Amino acid sequence: MATTRDPLATRALVERTAAPEGGEAVASRGIWRVILDVFLQNRLAVVGVGIVVFFLLFCFVGPLIYRTTQVVTNLTLIHLAPSSQHLLGTDADGYDELGRLMVGGQTSLEVGLAAAVVATLWGTLWGAVAGFVGGAVDAVMMRIVDSVLAIPPIFLLLFLATAFTPSVSMLIFVVAFVSWVIPARLVRGESLSLRSRDFILAVRGMGSRDRRLVLRHILPNAVGPMIVYATFAVADAILLVAALSFLGLGIPPPAANWGEMLSNGLNYIADGWWWLVYPAGLCIVLVVVAFNFIGDALRDAVEVRLQRR
Amino acid sequence: MTEAQRVECTSLLRVDGLKTEIRQRHATIRAIDGVSFSVAQGETVGLVGESGSGKTMTGLSIIGLLPPGGRVVGGRILFLGQDLARLPARAMRAVRGSGIGVVFQDPMTSLNPCMTIGDQIVEPIRAHRESDRKAARRRALELLDLVGVPQAKERLKDYPHQLSGGLRQRVMIAIALSCDPKLLIADEPTTALDVTIQSEILELLGRLKAALSMSMLLITHDLGVIAGHADRVIVMYAGRIVEEANASELFAQTRHPYTGALLASIPEVDEGTDRVLYSIPGVPPDLSQDRQGCAFAPRCDRATGRCEVDDPQLEGCADHSAACFNPLTTEEGSGRSPMHAVAVEPRRPPPSSADKRAPLLVVDHVVKTYPVTTGVLRRRIGAVNAVSDVSFTMTQGETLGLVGESGCGKTTLGKMIVALERPDAGSIVFDGIDLTKQSNRATRTMRRNFQLIFQDPYSSLDPRMRVGPALREPMVINAIGNGVSRDRRITELLGDVGLSKEAVRYYPHEFSGGQRQRIGFARALTLSPRLIVADEPVSALDVSIRSQLLNLIKRLQEAHELTYLVISHDLSVVRYLADRIGVMYLGKLVEIGTCEQVYGRPAHPYTAGLLAAVPIPDPARERAKRRIPVNGELPSARNPPSGCRFRTRCPRAQERCTVEEPVLQAVSGTDHQAACHFPLVATDVGKSAQRDGSRAFGSDGA
Repeated sequence: MATTRDPLATRALVERTAAPEGGEAVASRGIWRVILDVFLQNRLAVVGVGIVVFFLLFCFVGPLIYRTTQVVTNLTLIHLAPSSQHLLGTDADGYDELGRLMVGGQTSLEVGLAAAVVATLWGTLWGAVAGFVGGAVDAVMMRIVDSVLAIPPIFLLLFLATAFTPSVSMLIFVVAFVSWVIPARLVRGESLSLRSRDFILAVRGMGSRDRRLVLRHILPNAVGPMIVYATFAVADAILLVAALSFLGLGIPPPAANWGEMLSNGLNYIADGWWWLVYPAGLCIVLVVVAFNFIGDALRDAVEVRLQRR
Repeated sequence: MTEAQRVECTSLLRVDGLKTEIRQRHATIRAIDGVSFSVAQGETVGLVGESGSGKTMTGLSIIGLLPPGGRVVGGRILFLGQDLARLPARAMRAVRGSGIGVVFQDPMTSLNPCMTIGDQIVEPIRAHRESDRKAARRRALELLDLVGVPQAKERLKDYPHQLSGGLRQRVMIAIALSCDPKLLIADEPTTALDVTIQSEILELLGRLKAALSMSMLLITHDLGVIAGHADRVIVMYAGRIVEEANASELFAQTRHPYTGALLASIPEVDEGTDRVLYSIPGVPPDLSQDRQGCAFAPRCDRATGRCEVDDPQLEGCADHSAACFNPLTTEEGSGRSPMHAVAVEPRRPPPSSADKRAPLLVVDHVVKTYPVTTGVLRRRIGAVNAVSDVSFTMTQGETLGLVGESGCGKTTLGKMIVALERPDAGSIVFDGIDLTKQSNRATRTMRRNFQLIFQDPYSSLDPRMRVGPALREPMVINAIGNGVSRDRRITELLGDVGLSKEAVRYYPHEFSGGQRQRIGFARALTLSPRLIVADEPVSALDVSIRSQLLNLIKRLQEAHELTYLVISHDLSVVRYLADRIGVMYLGKLVEIGTCEQVYGRPAHPYTAGLLAAVPIPDPARERAKRRIPVNGELPSARNPPSGCRFRTRCPRAQERCTVEEPVLQAVSGTDHQAACHFPLVATDVGKSAQRDGSRAFGSDGA
């Protein structure tokens, strides 16, 4: 508003705004807009987003530009040092290392993102229902969560990975199965506190059924913390997939992924063939750290969502 | 200037041109914008204002405890010759506690739940006095005795959760007094407390102030509290002082239109209901915007062109000054009637009890207890008697007010009436249908007939839902109308509650508290209910907004032919809204009757005590009024006293009250009943009409 106003204009303004007895709402910027603002003020988060975008382009657009063959082994090209033909050299099977990083990254990112989404959605619904219904239903549902939590994930993964033939969808299922319990617990807590809030009581007082309360009121209010959790879950899932593949229980060749590449490269660590070790390791670390940066910033941003600033 | 010099030498605290800002992410709030005042030795200065007026920030600036982002940007705060605004943190710590003591609003959160209260009192003593542990303990004991905590010695080992709200506030006062401060800042010391406890605490503060020759800065929004306890009053609005005067002078000769409007918009506990309450239009200004002219001008009916351009300064003598170009004249400012004359409109006559219509609601011997459980297996170790054996009836179109202190079961009763809780025994018959005997499905379809209005407008709307969908939701749930007719209904209702139809596009957080409460009413009305249970509908709102809402509540009743059950701890609010009043104590209905009967001739000693404890915003009457003490604390609802539940706090209690539980019986006329063996107005009618409670209630034609 201008600092100098003539009295008549002010009067007109006053009269206009005074029209409804209760006064008008003061339009504040949207919740998501505020969250975005806070998020963008966090430099690390912006760096994190940059890294993630870079890797998405690298893995999914990269192979279209840097064309390599990742299916047929060529034993004449094994263990080549980086050169103008093979920017990051070749591995024990004669695959181009840079091209393989791109293809391997596809698997890691796909599994990571999909597993995080599946785990978060399922866990959220589970927790919301448990917390909202309460009583015996809650007790049973949460004891199931406890049971899954009680099994060390790596044992469960090893068991599942040996019992079934690993594939991308299998990996997604396995990783989601060990990670849905955390969001379930988080959302249950959220749901428990939301359940006793007045607006839930008000909607119930209008004759609403429970399904509507959970889907239209509890879940939307739990969405902030869940997005934060999902971000961390992506990082965790990528690490889990890498760990599984490192142990040789990932998707079998010729499919590639970073964990398996790292594992293979370690065989030659004494030979000084650094290009088989560092690039894959660096990819894993960078992506995981980037997702953690984003998650941290989102957590800060979501906290302010109801504040009027 | 001799006057100013006099103030200079006798004043303990002098605030001079204080400016405090709070920096937020996108704006800077000028919370205090040039405030000057002084507190003399032994004086109590009252600081009144609505939320956002800067009264609390003034207190926090003085003791240097501003919230994050807040800082003093100008002016001086002289306390015993030191400028507190420029004092380094270390020296400031020494002033806090030993020089200035503070009592905050909420005794629930301002005590550390992990420390015994003994340790918490000892802490400041040892920090400031460095006395040895034993001496500090002795001092703590002394202090607890001083603030009237019974069995002080045992209490030292208690944790805060073991004490009631009133006792906790006494402990807070003891801590504030631990190092003999010269100045006590009490920031809304009784706002979180019940009215009977409030009057005890205020009395205690006044007594201690005199005994310890302290000065006190009493910060509150309640003009009644100020009237009874302050020597001088400072009225704040939008970060500035608008009026300053001796207490008696301020109330008798109000000068600033804001103060006048504020006084006029308070419903009085001893006043009838047949007028529309004066209310200040609009909302307080946004303090992050540049201001020009008088901040109150947009809401002021006396504003002229000059008010919007020039900044009024405080003018007048030392006893009374106001910042206004068009102050109220002597005639306008004296007494409260002239302000009222502006707005007096005849109201519909309340439906008389002679009206022989069938009752809309019959509450009959309703009981609700909550089990108290322990351990993992939820072993039942007792029960809280939230509501025990309450009966009353309501006819179509009337307003019944339900008053009582916290924990008396009034909210539980309200929830049972709108079928959000099921009673353990008894029946609630709504329009001939017993709600307690309906299946869940049948209850769901019944719900549109009765709606609940909540106390807290911040939590009663889904923060993630725009107002449009929130208002449409009840109609969607009950499959009423189609898209077009629903939108039409919403526009109509928003108009009814005084909001524009633009409101549908916004989220709840974009509205002020008063606006949100209006939305709450609009939402409740979408289903055209017949009964509305309003649980503390205005207690979260500021005085000026409150009177707008009170008028709205009455207007809606006429427009929509509503029956109201108004639940409140505030007796003046209930008096303003209700035709009949029910008084509850510890789960029992102790008195019921028309407003005139209950307020004019209270029969139950509890009602009388409650009425006497309500502060009146008029120093002459407030100080002159006779005290009918309701002593001590509310007993636990887990083990209510035998016989009459009020006997432990009753000045008239006798042997019989311990043994025999009193039933509701007529005291003066058939519709005024009280449950007391020794009612204050004993009549022969009362004795002959002695029969069991249910018949006394059910027989309308008697």
